[in-house]
Amino acid sequence: MVGPSGAGKTTLLHVAACALRANSGRVLVDGQDPWAMSSWRRQQLRGHLFLAPQSPPLPPRQRVITAVLAGRLPAMSLASSVRSLLYPIDIAGAHAALNSFDMADHLFDRVDRLSGGERQRVGLARALLAPARLWLVDEPLSSLDPVRAAHSLKTLREQAAARGITLVVSLHQVEMALANFPRVIGLRDGAISFDAPSSQVSPEQLRGLYAHEPAQLDMGDELAEQPDPEAPVPMHWR
Amino acid sequence: MALEPGTLISPAHAAAVRDPAWRGRVAWMLLAALLLWPLLVLTEFRPWQLLQPRSLRVTAHFLAGFVPPASNRDFLALVARETWRTVAIATAGVSLALLLAAPLALLATAALSVSSLAGRMAVLPFAVRQAARALMVALRTVPELVWALLFVRVVGLGPTAGVLAIGLTYGGMLGKVFAEILESCDAHPTRTLLANGSGRLQAFAYGLLPQAAPELTSYAIYRWECAIRSSVVLGFVGAGGLGQQMDSSLKMLAGSEVATMLLVFIALVGLADAVSAWLRRSLR
Amino acid sequence: MSRDPVAGPMLRLPASVSALRVRNSWVLLAALALVVASFWSLDLHFSAFWSSEAIRAMSRFAAEFLPPDSSPAFVRKVVLAAGETLAMSALGTLLASMLGLLLALPAAYTHSRAVWRVPTRLLLNGLRAVPELVWASLMLIAAGLGPMAGTLALTLHTTGVLGRLFAEAIENTPPGPAFALRTQGAGPAQVFLYATLPQVAPQLLSYALYRWENNIRAASILGVVGAGGLGQMLAYHLGLFQMARTATVLLAMLALVLAVDATSYFARRAMTR
Repeated sequence: MVGPSGAGKTTLLHVAACALRANSGRVLVDGQDPWAMSSWRRQQLRGHLFLAPQSPPLPPRQRVITAVLAGRLPAMSLASSVRSLLYPIDIAGAHAALNSFDMADHLFDRVDRLSGGERQRVGLARALLAPARLWLVDEPLSSLDPVRAAHSLKTLREQAAARGITLVVSLHQVEMALANFPRVIGLRDGAISFDAPSSQVSPEQLRGLYAHEPAQLDMGDELAEQPDPEAPVPMHWR
Repeated sequence: MALEPGTLISPAHAAAVRDPAWRGRVAWMLLAALLLWPLLVLTEFRPWQLLQPRSLRVTAHFLAGFVPPASNRDFLALVARETWRTVAIATAGVSLALLLAAPLALLATAALSVSSLAGRMAVLPFAVRQAARALMVALRTVPELVWALLFVRVVGLGPTAGVLAIGLTYGGMLGKVFAEILESCDAHPTRTLLANGSGRLQAFAYGLLPQAAPELTSYAIYRWECAIRSSVVLGFVGAGGLGQQMDSSLKMLAGSEVATMLLVFIALVGLADAVSAWLRRSLR
Repeated sequence: MSRDPVAGPMLRLPASVSALRVRNSWVLLAALALVVASFWSLDLHFSAFWSSEAIRAMSRFAAEFLPPDSSPAFVRKVVLAAGETLAMSALGTLLASMLGLLLALPAAYTHSRAVWRVPTRLLLNGLRAVPELVWASLMLIAAGLGPMAGTLALTLHTTGVLGRLFAEAIENTPPGPAFALRTQGAGPAQVFLYATLPQVAPQLLSYALYRWENNIRAASILGVVGAGGLGQMLAYHLGLFQMARTATVLLAMLALVLAVDATSYFARRAMTR
């Protein structure tokens, strides 16, 4: 999903995650209306969805390993959750998840000792442990430098493809969206502006999306591929 | 193998990694267990004793009396009288405390110091101020129940002991807080007045009091509300009022009377809380 | 009339009776009336206080106070009683923290529905409203004389206090992490353990330690009604006018309060490092 700030990307993701109830219209998840279910069944349904908010929802004094393992909570019984607090149940699994985002060496650090970008990557690593079939990720690259941003996006896509998981990501970096995702939805002022395969999205449509905030239109052509690690990394112009 | 934070682990070793916080946690848990044991022994903590048949019978009989609470006219009249006495003891006690606290607070506040107008305070005034402070600390530290026990022995059972106990303890508390409030006010008008030759009381009345009055009154009202609770507690050692009545009813295991008085007490405290909050709000 | 531009300020009506300054005067009058009524209705024997017998008794006390009794046998008894009092306060605070946390969950606005919240808050308020000494007298019926009654009394009262404080702390926690976990499908207990508790734990511990400072003072007193510890010794020796021994007990109380205050202060400082 692309669109200017305030277009409704976050709201749409929250509605899709059954975290927010829409005032009008209907949401169908797997053909069922989640708000017509009992709250217990809805909570079961939520276990199959994973929402990664824009600011990483990690308690500051918690350690990274506990924060990451929390992704698996919907699949854990209460007894094993309590046991995991005393001694982490799946250190190897957490390590593997963090390793995919290059954070494995911070396994036992405290969250408040990490930088913003590192916290964001821990939040993404949670997804790899969640028993979810749908990943809803809200602006995962906002705190990441270009190299890490490209790497994280690549990891998300590869993991989702390998596990057969639907991945929905909201992005400001339009070129990255077009390059990495087969389908792009443009949002503006709370309505869908276009919904097309990325190969068919025209620059006019994009400019129309950002008509009132051209400065937000991020056509970072130079970041379409991963730059050579030896070469100096170009700075984001925005 | 234990792990220091920040070390790189290759995936092959990941399976063998142990949580480095585990050792610390085990140590804390052992320490807690080690400390808990003497606690349980010293307090003779045997909660199963509550469920022994003899104890259970007494408790059940007592609690059964709670419903319905005693409501015959004579008893209610007695409770009303004692409730008024409790409020009266609290009010009289706080009045005495104010009489005690006002001069002590004035003595202790450095804002009224004439000798410090020119620079550092002279030795004798400083000593006097510290002595006033020390006296307030001493009055505050001795629990009011101890004062009440002492006074009951001297003047006999009855409200006098309670009023004196509250007067002394609360005098110390009020004095300390009043002094702090006065210190936190802007001292400039007062110092100007003193520098121009006004007497200390005048400087206080015209310089400090206008600023501090709302806070002083607010705290005094709050303490009055606390005093009502204190006077019920003091009643248990013979200082009169609702507390003394509750004590005698408890000793007779008269559950219904105790129930009525507990309800009245909770209502009284709630009422005092509401009145105090309303007064303090309307001061602003 | 007061708005007539020709008339001017001279014709302004006097302030109505409900105006602020006038109302303050009413309040002051009511307060003075209350004070006068209090002193008049109580039969206070201040004269007894100044009677020669009373003065003699008081000067006898003052003289006997120092030096405090320091015979080894008595000091040993005092130390044991101090240990009992310390244990009462510590165990009472500990139990109250656990119970308070348990009750704080249904009492917090963020975690529960009104059907749980209202009765829990009522219960906590009720526990808090009754002073520790009154609870102790009640517990003596069930538990008999001794420190267990005191421990139970402290537990009950402090549960009310801490339960309310804990509930407010939980309500004021930043909701982000809990929201994310709930949206993910975690159960309410899991959300509490993994998101809310890590954020709020230092504050809860701080409240409990601060309450311990209050409880050591309360525990010292509870013995007066028979709940063991230093209070029981105090009431006993004061009743027999053994002022030297009373002085020792009072010194022990003071030392205990200072020790607990210091421990609590340093523990709380260490947590915020």
